[in-house]
Amino acid sequence: MKTLADLRKIREKAQHDMKLRNSGSRIKIVVGMGTSGIAMGAREVMKTLLNEIATRHIVDVIVSQTGEKGLSSMEPVIDVIEEGKETITYGNVNPEKAKRIIAEHIVNGQPVTDYIISRD
Amino acid sequence: MKRIDLLICCGSGCVSAGALKIKDRFIELLNENDLRSEVNIIETGCMGPCDFGPVLMIYPEGVFYQKVTVDDVEEIVTEHFLKGRPLTRLMVTEDEKLRVTKKEIPFYKKQVKVALENCGYINPESMDEYIATGGFEAIGKILEGMTQVETINIVKESGLRGRGGGGFPTGLKWQFGLNNQADQKFIICNADEGDPGAFMDRSLLEGDPYRVLEGMMIAGYAIGATKGYFYIRAEYPLAIKRINLALEELRKVGLIGDNIFGSGFAFDAEVRTGAGAFVCGEETALISSIEGQRGQPTPKPPFPAEKGLWGKPTVVNNVETLANLTSIFNKGPEWFSSMGVGKSKGTKVFALTGDVKNTGLVEVPMGITLRDLIFEVGGGMTKGKFKAVQLGGPSGGCLTEKDLDTPITYESLVEKGAMMGSGGVIVMNDAKCMVNVAKFFLDFTVEESCGKCFPCRLGLKQMYGIMDNITKGRGKEGDIDELIRLGRHIKQASLCGLGQTAPNPVLSTIRYFREEYEAHVRDKSCPAKVCTSLIHFDIDKSKCIGCSLCARKCPVECISGSREDKYAIHQIECTKCGNCFDVCPVHAVKIIPGVHYETFNIAQAATKDIY
Repeated sequence: MKTLADLRKIREKAQHDMKLRNSGSRIKIVVGMGTSGIAMGAREVMKTLLNEIATRHIVDVIVSQTGEKGLSSMEPVIDVIEEGKETITYGNVNPEKAKRIIAEHIVNGQPVTDYIISRD
Repeated sequence: MKRIDLLICCGSGCVSAGALKIKDRFIELLNENDLRSEVNIIETGCMGPCDFGPVLMIYPEGVFYQKVTVDDVEEIVTEHFLKGRPLTRLMVTEDEKLRVTKKEIPFYKKQVKVALENCGYINPESMDEYIATGGFEAIGKILEGMTQVETINIVKESGLRGRGGGGFPTGLKWQFGLNNQADQKFIICNADEGDPGAFMDRSLLEGDPYRVLEGMMIAGYAIGATKGYFYIRAEYPLAIKRINLALEELRKVGLIGDNIFGSGFAFDAEVRTGAGAFVCGEETALISSIEGQRGQPTPKPPFPAEKGLWGKPTVVNNVETLANLTSIFNKGPEWFSSMGVGKSKGTKVFALTGDVKNTGLVEVPMGITLRDLIFEVGGGMTKGKFKAVQLGGPSGGCLTEKDLDTPITYESLVEKGAMMGSGGVIVMNDAKCMVNVAKFFLDFTVEESCGKCFPCRLGLKQMYGIMDNITKGRGKEGDIDELIRLGRHIKQASLCGLGQTAPNPVLSTIRYFREEYEAHVRDKSCPAKVCTSLIHFDIDKSKCIGCSLCARKCPVECISGSREDKYAIHQIECTKCGNCFDVCPVHAVKIIPGVHYETFNIAQAATKDIY
């Protein structure tokens, strides 16, 4: 490390690794992980989301989980929460659909209308 | 990808409460549940509320868990990590409200973290995490475009003063260091923290070693020192390990070496361990100790800034002083001096102990009142009524109820007979005997006196003898005045800070609790019922049910009686062990201040000591 520019490069990378502890994320994806959600494969969905985010090097998204959402017939259910926009809820998600949600909604900003079950 | 940051507080308090076992259990269970790749386990430094320990923080939600046990781990993993249902039973409840995150807990509300900014937030062993919080930006900027004088001026503007106790302006100290020309100069970090109940420096070194190191580099550059020493006592093995680790990492990337940031500034540092002598916190004694000699102070002048380590100009700064520097340079001196009042700027770290609810490590702005510190941050008394607070450890003094609204500054405390000290705050309730407390601190300083100058070596011993007599019922008229006389002389005539401050606990307790001393001397009575020679036990016959339990438990068989006549204590044989008091099922045994007249008469008749 020879200059301040080198230091700042390291800082940027390190800040990315610590992003969970900052509240500065653009989008939060919440996966419903109640008993029925898990039974319907919410774990797999979550893993896919995490993998996709990692392989695409998306930095400003955090994945979190919540309990039963009350929509057992549509599990697994995920919410995409974005500051200043309506929260979009997807139902009957599977790993394939999760990949499409990341690609179209998170990256390109176009909600996948086929899977949406609620907007508010 | 990680989706959860699990921060386990691994400060000394939480480690002794079992934090490491909890960490191992987490690793085990995360592996079992196939979650290891999703959860980041980070061991942090002290988060502060040691009384709640072991504590955890879980991000991104920022949930704060207290008093976690190994058995709780499984539920945290399956409920919180897997299903996203945080466990309310492990959260802090205060005023009947659930406090989910750290920000909601009253303990943290009045605190402003500057020196402790990263403590409990980052992994202290990771250089990258320190850099992520803005680390080494300050030293980088200084080396790329500031002169030594400019650097010193910023510290002067900030109003930073030594946090080790004396409160000498840091900028001025550096100025002296810079002005004295020499081929070699030294910067020393004083981490010889010796006050009973104080652990500020320890937590800083353990929780954010890189910050202290960066502060030392800034100080080194400002005065022109190329070599630094950390003087850390051997009782702090983790602090020593972490500083050494930090030094090693920095050498690898060239942040410590011959040409830091390509500026030509060379700096290196090493750790020297102290054997735990209190006097080595005094800078000249500390320097002798580093040189390999007995830790004894030398007369000042010459000051270390003129002739210090190996005869070269040396600046000695406390850990907390150095830890403040990074923030001063990153956020500007105006920001720093906007906190605090009068000549005391910025914040101060205190180790809050004693009879308060929230013991632990706190950082508050200067000028906060004692009431806020003890009753807001500290959460009030655990039991009993507030009686006094000892500030500054064995060198400081005590303050009472009427001083609670005094803002805490260097000057206001000295004026009241206490001192800032390094930041130990011992809160005492009304079950404490102030004579006994003063005797405890005096015992400590008698033990720790290096013996070089006689006022301290002999004078403190004399004072201790008088205090011992008073607490054992051998006090005479005039003892209190003799204590004051001795104390004043010792303060004036001693060579170093140890002797100059050691009489403070006695003098300040006499100042505020003279009637308690007089009760000990004249009435042979300890009002707080602490000094065993000056109390006696008695059985309240109206309450006694005649169960004989006390008589059977008495080791000297001095209790007799029957179910009809009830029981009584033979005062002359009684050794005051307190067994009867502990076992009585109906609390008929009472502790009464003062010597019982029977014992007193016998002692008078035999003209011997009262026990």
